[in-house]
Amino acid sequence: MIGADIQILMPEILLAVYAMGALMAAVYTTKDGMAPLLTWATSGLFVLLAVWIGINGQGTNIAFGGMFVDDGFSRFAKIVILLSAAAVLLMSESYMQRRGLLRFEYPILIALAVVGMMVMVSAGDLMALYMGLELQSLALYVVASLRRDSVKSTEAGLKYFVLGALSSGLLLYGASLTYGFAGTTLFAGIIEATANEPSLGLLFGLVFLIAGFAFKVSAAPFHMWTPDVYEGSPTPVTAFFATAPKVAAMALFARVVHDAFGGIVGDWQQIVAFLSVVSMFLGAIAAIGQKDIKRLMAYSSIAHMGFALMGLAAGTAFGVQAMLIYMAIYVTMNIGTFAFILAMERDGRPVTNIDSLKMYSKRQPLRALAMLVLLFSLAGVPPMVGFFGKFYVLRAAYDGGLAWLAVAGVIASVIGAFYYIRIVYFMYFGEEGEALDGKMNPVLWTFLMGSAAVMLIGVVNLFGIEPIAAAAAATLVN
Amino acid sequence: METIILFAPLVGAILCGFGWKLIGETAAQWTATSLLFLAAILSWVVFLTFDPSAHPNGAYTVNILRWIESGTLSTDWAIKMDRLTAIMLIVINTVSALVHLYSFGYMAHDENFKEDESYRPRFFAYLSFFTFAMLMLVTADNLVQMFFGWEGVGVASYLLIGFYYRKPSAGAAAIKAFVVNRVGDFGFALGIFALYMVTDSIKFDDIFAAIPDLQDATITFLWRDWNTLNLIAFLLFIGAMGKSAQLFLHTWLPDAMEGPTPVSALIHAATMVTAGVFLVCRMSPLMEYAEATTNFIVFLGATTAFFAATVGLVQNDIKRVIAYSTCSQLGYMFVAAGLGVYSVAMFHLLTHAFFKAMLFLGAGSVIHAMHHEQDMRNYGGLRHKIPKTFWMMMIGTLAITGVGIPLLYVGFPIGFAGFVSKDAIIESAYAGTAGGYAFWMLVVAALMTSFYSWRLMFLTFYGTPRGDAHTHEHAHEAPNSMLFPLYVLAIGAVFSGMVWYGSFFGSNDKVGKFFGVPYAEASEHGEAKAEDDHGDDHAEEGGHGKAHYNLVGAPGEGAIHNSPDNHVLNDAHEVPVWVKIAPFVAMLAGLGLAYQMYIRRPDWPAKLAEQQAPLYQFLLNKWYFDEIYNFVFVRPAFALGRILWKQGDTNTIDGGINGVAMGIVPFLTRLAGRAQSGYIFSYVFAMVLGIAVLLTWMTLFGGAN
Repeated sequence: MIGADIQILMPEILLAVYAMGALMAAVYTTKDGMAPLLTWATSGLFVLLAVWIGINGQGTNIAFGGMFVDDGFSRFAKIVILLSAAAVLLMSESYMQRRGLLRFEYPILIALAVVGMMVMVSAGDLMALYMGLELQSLALYVVASLRRDSVKSTEAGLKYFVLGALSSGLLLYGASLTYGFAGTTLFAGIIEATANEPSLGLLFGLVFLIAGFAFKVSAAPFHMWTPDVYEGSPTPVTAFFATAPKVAAMALFARVVHDAFGGIVGDWQQIVAFLSVVSMFLGAIAAIGQKDIKRLMAYSSIAHMGFALMGLAAGTAFGVQAMLIYMAIYVTMNIGTFAFILAMERDGRPVTNIDSLKMYSKRQPLRALAMLVLLFSLAGVPPMVGFFGKFYVLRAAYDGGLAWLAVAGVIASVIGAFYYIRIVYFMYFGEEGEALDGKMNPVLWTFLMGSAAVMLIGVVNLFGIEPIAAAAAATLVN
Repeated sequence: METIILFAPLVGAILCGFGWKLIGETAAQWTATSLLFLAAILSWVVFLTFDPSAHPNGAYTVNILRWIESGTLSTDWAIKMDRLTAIMLIVINTVSALVHLYSFGYMAHDENFKEDESYRPRFFAYLSFFTFAMLMLVTADNLVQMFFGWEGVGVASYLLIGFYYRKPSAGAAAIKAFVVNRVGDFGFALGIFALYMVTDSIKFDDIFAAIPDLQDATITFLWRDWNTLNLIAFLLFIGAMGKSAQLFLHTWLPDAMEGPTPVSALIHAATMVTAGVFLVCRMSPLMEYAEATTNFIVFLGATTAFFAATVGLVQNDIKRVIAYSTCSQLGYMFVAAGLGVYSVAMFHLLTHAFFKAMLFLGAGSVIHAMHHEQDMRNYGGLRHKIPKTFWMMMIGTLAITGVGIPLLYVGFPIGFAGFVSKDAIIESAYAGTAGGYAFWMLVVAALMTSFYSWRLMFLTFYGTPRGDAHTHEHAHEAPNSMLFPLYVLAIGAVFSGMVWYGSFFGSNDKVGKFFGVPYAEASEHGEAKAEDDHGDDHAEEGGHGKAHYNLVGAPGEGAIHNSPDNHVLNDAHEVPVWVKIAPFVAMLAGLGLAYQMYIRRPDWPAKLAEQQAPLYQFLLNKWYFDEIYNFVFVRPAFALGRILWKQGDTNTIDGGINGVAMGIVPFLTRLAGRAQSGYIFSYVFAMVLGIAVLLTWMTLFGGAN
């Protein structure tokens, strides 16, 4: 029995064992000297695991009495998490190296965070959920303050930690309320408890749980940590924050509301729609005033989470499918954009000021063009793929009877388009300012161009992600 | 062959318009012109060899391609060949080919363009394009195709009126023509929609077949029920009014004279403006059962004929006189069409095309000779300077005023084209209205037609030279390329009436045979005895014999349709003698008056104008239509536009968007920025606030309630 359970959990176990082994190996050998090797090895392992999960995963497998669920939905999320984490790791290597930040802990912490995320998306029980969430969070707190000698970085880590602790508290409170009123922590049990007249206590539990998730996906009004942490953390870490953990938290969010509270869609739908609309508008409006591209990307991610939540708010299988597609597209766009941001430097020092991009197109026409494609895609301008992401969630919201939400989403995306296009304006029409210099690392270049190309070529069939996401969504909502 | 006729002008337009840089200006013009001549010759072949009895319903269809397939709306792009189409083909292509040729001379040097500017290929391309669109209109076998051509000629007309785009007046005239025509087209489009709604088809054949079932149907439109056929006929006629410049929608036609004169001859005299008449004739199966509308058509046509003639009396611009004359003659045609004698309407359309195109081209020749001077008060005594033009204009004038020998009948009447066809209309008007309003209007209009036509001749070619002496000295005869078309048209202006009298205005059996409509002998009891198309032709000419025939085809059988109780054509042949000579007398009176006023006593007109100043001003200002329209429509439209622009667009929309984009959003941005204080406690506060809101919401509205 236990053997079968372990079999199901094998990818997570493998990754955890690898992380511990790597830690030992590095500590007892050359320490930071091993960091480049570990970075490459870790991302290689991520890709391998993604391929393994993709090829090997079949059907729905339940382990440890329902605590751990391995189904199409979790596999979809895991693959996106693993691949994006691998990409970010690869992109960070040269940047961290040159700033003297490439400590051996970095890839190991990322690996542990990924283990946490994988557990999160597979959780079938509130305890497993919390375990995965905390494993991920603790690893991320440390990574955020990786640059120990920088006030900003440590401040970011500390803020993240304190606020994260609060959100964990809310989550735990919600979990205990839920347990108290449902009598079980298993999702399968909770959904039975909600079947007839859910008590207000259970709904309170739901609200607290959602507040905890909202913090993780940085949905307004639980987003406050995001800009500060994005700005303060080293850029590769920001890139990581913006991708894999968002997917994991969003998948977890979807799993809980559908697996545990799928019987009372009407109740959480309002909350999710509220979070969605507030996030979209806040992300769009607050980003306009930003001068730092990392802060801007923080608000951008808040707005994007609002859109992803719109899909979730629909409360349908199509909504989940739209959300998954949206997240996959979002992650791809962000990887490309952060590849660009990672290459922004002057005299060997990273620059994140938007003004520094003025007339960038003159010096680097190709890179500027790729960035243009990505920004248009982020803004949701057709025919870039980003438009289709928005299109899916808007359609899901409309089909789900939330026409007002779809209208609000369109308005928000119009406002949001402003700051993306402003960057394009700077790159192509702005006045000549202090120029950026520095070559682009080939890895970054590849990711930037690849991501931009995906935004264009994906128009054809979105690389076939639609049926996969539909299948994944079908396993969650039935 | 029909396909070649249709597409030769299009090919010419494309080659000339886009290819002239490759093949050169002259070659481009020759390409367009020779293709038009090809089309014209083939048209005559088709017209002369066309035998309606060889085809079912007197028509055949040449399919070009599948055009629209959408729901129940399914239609081909096809050429419907029947007698109506054949007549229009020769009119359009003949005049168009001649106008192309004429333009070689007329457009050779134009002071509206700079020396090195190339405008000629553009002009020829527009002309050819117009011809194509016009052919599309007349060959249509369904209403949408017709509408396509209808709009196509509208565009071509717009482009050609505004051809001198540096002249603000030309641009204004082009816009005016386009906008006024939009009013008509709106009605036309509504008519098409309504027909589609009630018959579920836009094909003529289907529509005509459905007409008998619709005779007592009603349709709700604008808050009340209407007789379906009357309403549809009326809507279609509004379209015809716009295109054919009938009263109330006529204001664009005189202004359209801003275009080059060949354009006036082709579009605003011979072809496009007759599209409305063609439409009414084409829809004859519908019109026949829409009595209220046809009465209105008669009334409006007669009024237009009268109105335009009065205005034509006092105009001084040579082209405007002819333009009002066109407007007036179109009124004649509508009277005939409204009375149900469609063949007569088509007859006048045909003859009018010849002599009016000729008058315009003649006027163009005069203008050409006088260095683009158009005011007749500056002409005079030109018959010695440009004798060939003079004689051609003379033929045209004889034709339009209706000179002929009344009451003489040698198998056909003897007289110029206008004499035959106009008298046919007036006789029909007497028969159809029992000597009523339309008849008298037309007779009076005939008098005035004669007066202003002769006035034009006398002012231009007789008397002493007035105006700039230098211009008069240098007046010169036009080149042959301009004279040849006049000669050809002269043949038509002289003979077309006599040659086709029987076919258009003979007894019903001849007309029926010509148009491919079944006809039958009407017995004493009014019952029709069916007779084969090929039956013995023992009817006496002109309906004077014993046998009377009626057109008996069902709607859609044959090119035109007459309802069983339509006897206007027969009755028209039996009008009293005084009716028959009335137009001739009117013509003589007009001639005498003009001779008195402009040859014998040239001081009379000025005196008369002084004496009757209010009347003179009223006529000179075209019954103040432009002023009234300006006051009632144009200025309010401008005012409304200004309100929408200044208040609506600039203030409300721009202001609103700017206010949101530059005021509210940045304010919110600052607010969000301030909330992002950097202090953990404010962040926590936001989170707690958020959860408080969510919990409150859940308590108040959650599922637990």
